[in-house]
Amino acid sequence: MLKRLEDLQADTLAELEALTTMDELRTLRSRVLKGEITEILRSIGSLPPEERPAVGQLGNEVRQTLEAAFAEREEQIKAEELARELEEGAIDVTLPGRPVQTGRLHPATRTLREVINIWREMGFQVYLSRDVEDDDTNFTLLNIPQHHPARDMWDTFYTTRDGVILRTHTSPGQIHAMREYAPEPIRVILPGMVYRYEQVDATHEMQFNQVEGLVVGRNIRMSDLKGTMIAFAHRMYGPERRVRFRCSHFPFTEPSVEIDIEGDNGWLEIAGAGMVHPVVLKNGGYDPREYSGFAFGMGPERVTLLKHSIEDIRYFWQNDLRFLEQF
Amino acid sequence: MKVPVSWLKDYVDLTVSVEELAYRLTLAGLEVDRIRYIGIPPGDIEPDKAVDMVVDTIVWDRDSLVLGYIHEVKPHPDADRLVLAMVDYGGDALEQAVTGAPNLFQYVGAPLDEPLAVVFALEGAELLDPYSDEWPNATMTLKPRELRGIENRSMVCSEKEIGLSEFHDGILILDTDLPAGTPIQDVLGDAVIEFELTPNFARAFSMMGIAREVAAVTGAELRHPPTQVKAEGEPIEGQVGLDIREPELNPRFTLALLKGVTVEPSPKWMQRRLLLAGMRPVNNIVDITNYVMLETGQPLHAFDYDILVERADGQTPTIITRLPEPGESLVTLDDVERTLDEFTILVADEAGVLSLGGIMGGDESEIHAGTQTVLLEAAGWNYINIRKTLSAQRERGKPVSSEAGARFSRGVHPAQAKIGLLRAIEIMRQIAGGTIAQGILDDYPAPPEPIVVDLPMSEVERILGIAVPVEDVRRILESLEFGVEKLDDSTLRVTVPEHRMDIQQIHVPGNEDIGDVVAQADLIEEIARIYGYDAIPNTMLIDELPPQRNNPTLQAHETVRDVLVEAGLVEIITYRFTTPEREALLTPLGSPSDLPNGDYVRLANPLSADKAVLRHSLIGPMLETLALNNRWRVQQRLFELGKVYLPAKDSALPQEPWRLCLGLMGSRSSSSWLGAEDGLMDFYDMKGVVEALMRGLHINAVHYEPAEHATFFPGRVARVMAAEEAIGVFGQVHPMVVQAHELPDIPVLVADLDMDALMYAMRPDFPVEPLSAFPAVYEDIAVIVDKEVAAARVEMVIRSAGGFLLKDVQLFDVYEGDPVPEGKKSLAYALSYQAPDKTLRDKDITKLRKRIVSTLKDELDAVLRE
Repeated sequence: MLKRLEDLQADTLAELEALTTMDELRTLRSRVLKGEITEILRSIGSLPPEERPAVGQLGNEVRQTLEAAFAEREEQIKAEELARELEEGAIDVTLPGRPVQTGRLHPATRTLREVINIWREMGFQVYLSRDVEDDDTNFTLLNIPQHHPARDMWDTFYTTRDGVILRTHTSPGQIHAMREYAPEPIRVILPGMVYRYEQVDATHEMQFNQVEGLVVGRNIRMSDLKGTMIAFAHRMYGPERRVRFRCSHFPFTEPSVEIDIEGDNGWLEIAGAGMVHPVVLKNGGYDPREYSGFAFGMGPERVTLLKHSIEDIRYFWQNDLRFLEQF
Repeated sequence: MKVPVSWLKDYVDLTVSVEELAYRLTLAGLEVDRIRYIGIPPGDIEPDKAVDMVVDTIVWDRDSLVLGYIHEVKPHPDADRLVLAMVDYGGDALEQAVTGAPNLFQYVGAPLDEPLAVVFALEGAELLDPYSDEWPNATMTLKPRELRGIENRSMVCSEKEIGLSEFHDGILILDTDLPAGTPIQDVLGDAVIEFELTPNFARAFSMMGIAREVAAVTGAELRHPPTQVKAEGEPIEGQVGLDIREPELNPRFTLALLKGVTVEPSPKWMQRRLLLAGMRPVNNIVDITNYVMLETGQPLHAFDYDILVERADGQTPTIITRLPEPGESLVTLDDVERTLDEFTILVADEAGVLSLGGIMGGDESEIHAGTQTVLLEAAGWNYINIRKTLSAQRERGKPVSSEAGARFSRGVHPAQAKIGLLRAIEIMRQIAGGTIAQGILDDYPAPPEPIVVDLPMSEVERILGIAVPVEDVRRILESLEFGVEKLDDSTLRVTVPEHRMDIQQIHVPGNEDIGDVVAQADLIEEIARIYGYDAIPNTMLIDELPPQRNNPTLQAHETVRDVLVEAGLVEIITYRFTTPEREALLTPLGSPSDLPNGDYVRLANPLSADKAVLRHSLIGPMLETLALNNRWRVQQRLFELGKVYLPAKDSALPQEPWRLCLGLMGSRSSSSWLGAEDGLMDFYDMKGVVEALMRGLHINAVHYEPAEHATFFPGRVARVMAAEEAIGVFGQVHPMVVQAHELPDIPVLVADLDMDALMYAMRPDFPVEPLSAFPAVYEDIAVIVDKEVAAARVEMVIRSAGGFLLKDVQLFDVYEGDPVPEGKKSLAYALSYQAPDKTLRDKDITKLRKRIVSTLKDELDAVLRE
């Protein structure tokens, strides 16, 4: 009996060494550990009592030895199988991936969001107003009466309805905002589409976005205009850019300024601005003796052109996917 | 406005370089478009101060292009068409230059009493090639050569050869007294500063106006041109009458008379100045009116007095300014017959109209070669009326282009009239000869009161944020010729000079009460721009923060955009213009339209025929964009969020609601080496996007119902409803509409949704359901119903029968055909049951299922498919 056990151990170890797959291993394990050893140990009862302890002890030793050997061999085989699998599993990683359908915002929306976010973080709220305006709100209330020379500054789309025009700038929103909020202080930006009677070419559009800003309060100074516009320019274009303020003229601001930033080839115009004209304050419902304010306007499409070296402004509303998908 | 620096220097000394000056003026609000250099090189300037600088043709070399004096013109021994000019150019001896210049032949013979000053080119000089087709781009270098046996190593030059003009019929003869040998750069070299002036700088449309600004920004002294007149003729009174009938439109009219003039070309120096400033010389009288206009800003008009006398039948003529009489018209100097509007102010005599007041003269009374007596007009006109007249003529298709009109329409103070008149009549006397009649006629019925403003320094600080010292304020205002009186340490009393029409202009009637604040704001701008915007500190806002408000509209738009981009759609933004014809393509011929109708907002001045009205719908631009991109994309998933413009009741202004348009077309998945799958997108792809949008916006109680809409394929269009509110329609576009937009014959899917309805239905504050700790039980059922029963109805019955324990219902199969009976269909659903508070047992599930099956049977006559 002892001899059978010793043989079984020796044979099994040899077989274990020879086999190469988990299936063979499982078969062997079940044959030996569940079958043959159990069978031998079960037959102990037929032995003389004095032999039984020795056989029982050896039987347990063999079982333990074999279990350990099986466990060890199983690890080896698993490792070998994995190695084989890995070896066979290589694919051509240079093949293109499965296409994913991705959506995109229009570049004009992207820039508008960027601009609006900067102003929002500086405490400005968004105010939206209409595209089709009356002549009064677009011009007269902004200190640009009929037949005034300043009207030449805007090429206007007129409609067949008397006194109804397409807004040439977002500035009429100033009047709407002031009349809604007076006498509260105001800090708003007014983004929106504006329209110009202008032949469309690579640098001119008849329809484009503008972002107007308006601040009104009891203590608003031109120094605030400068500081605020510099803060914006540094966030939008980078803190290292120099900013220049040039005297200019808009009928609805006094003094008026043109704001330039330093580009690679000289100064680039980024915004017009100024202190709100007393007549405009009054038309908005604020006493210009007590209140003051500043306003500014900028064109986000120009920002996008500049940033991405786009050579043709007409790309924006053509909606050619070959353009849109680059963003 | 083109300003030759040589001319500018008559009125102000330049203490800084031309380039530095251009930079300072630009910062002070006079934007320099560019500097054009004539014969001289651009100066040095820091790169960040540079403006656009161009050299007009060539730079004249200082050594080889010099001033020469021709002392004698000799005949060429062997050539009739050549002469020898003996030129002193500062060398030891006269230099002999061979030339064929026709204007020298008259001097052949004796030595000249007065030598002729000429541009003299020496060997090596670079000149323009006058015979090249590429003039002024082709140059040549002067080399010695023999001309008909005479050695020649120099040249007397034409204007064309040095790039001054295209004139080549003879050499340029100068009027100068500079010494021989002076580099031509120092004789003719010039820089012309070209300004792009904003409308508020009407006062700067003259040399004096610019000189005043130069004086202010550099601190130099301003010199006014003299207005003394040597008048020795018979008094003007009695020789001409004057009658202003519309003083509102013509606040001032002045006249002077000069007898015995000789009309001929004006002197070279004057012609040259006019040309550099952009005007063509005509004759001495006309040139002087232009010259003085450029100098002072006051336009002038010269009449031939004798013609006026003739028109008055030999009697004393009377100049009348008035509105037109019915049927009157006028042929202006540009040979255009002009219809006159009822507001057009005219200069006339008793015989009829003479000129469009302040704009352009008529051809009958103009100065001509035989004119002997000049009646000179300088007037003041209402600028708004001048503008009205100019735009009326323009709208009639006959624009008037005149320097006078350009100035008067921007505003010229009537006080300028007399200055211009006296200056011009005296120059005419000096140049064209004759005798000035004593006195002038000057009708100025209501000279405006001078504007006087008290300016507290506190106001300057309130607006600028810096306390500008009172002495600086005073100096700045005085440099611009404001009258300044110091009332106390903190207040100045400022008198506005007459050339400043831009101060305290209350454009809009009804604002007279704030006139002082307006004038102060005007003065503060003057102070700020001359003091320098750089000198104003940069501060952050210290004022109180306004009440904070959200903008729900913008927030809703951004959420919608984000949800659609997450769903894989690309945003487009199209023109908001279209035509009724383009929108009509959205409805198959003969069908009534289901799109908004009514009046369009129609442009009075469209730029192109295809952009004549504002759109009613986004579908058209969407289909056009799909058609465009179909050329290079087999799959498109697009959306646009934009406004449409619909008629509004009781308002000329339209409603401007926002709409959301989705467009899908082409392959469902992008093709790749893995193979394209799934075919073309259809109705259910669009429905999937709409469902994703509703889920993303957390819109509750959404349901879909069949719809009718002429733009869509009948039976393939649905209306999306949130509770009882219609959000919009979506579906497959009608094949005829597809065809009309030149789209391919494949399903084109579009959704047309109401953004405002979406905004009201969306729930940014949607509740989150608690997660159940208990397991869900899944089971599938298949039911057989009539083919006509809508799937949505089946699902609704299942859900209502299942109650709150039925967590989810997913349709996973739709089947018709054997063994399902004819006229029936099988719908298979995966159901999941889950309780929030316990594990469901088999008997709970069985009960639920029984209820579902029996309800389906009762309501839809459905049977369970085994």
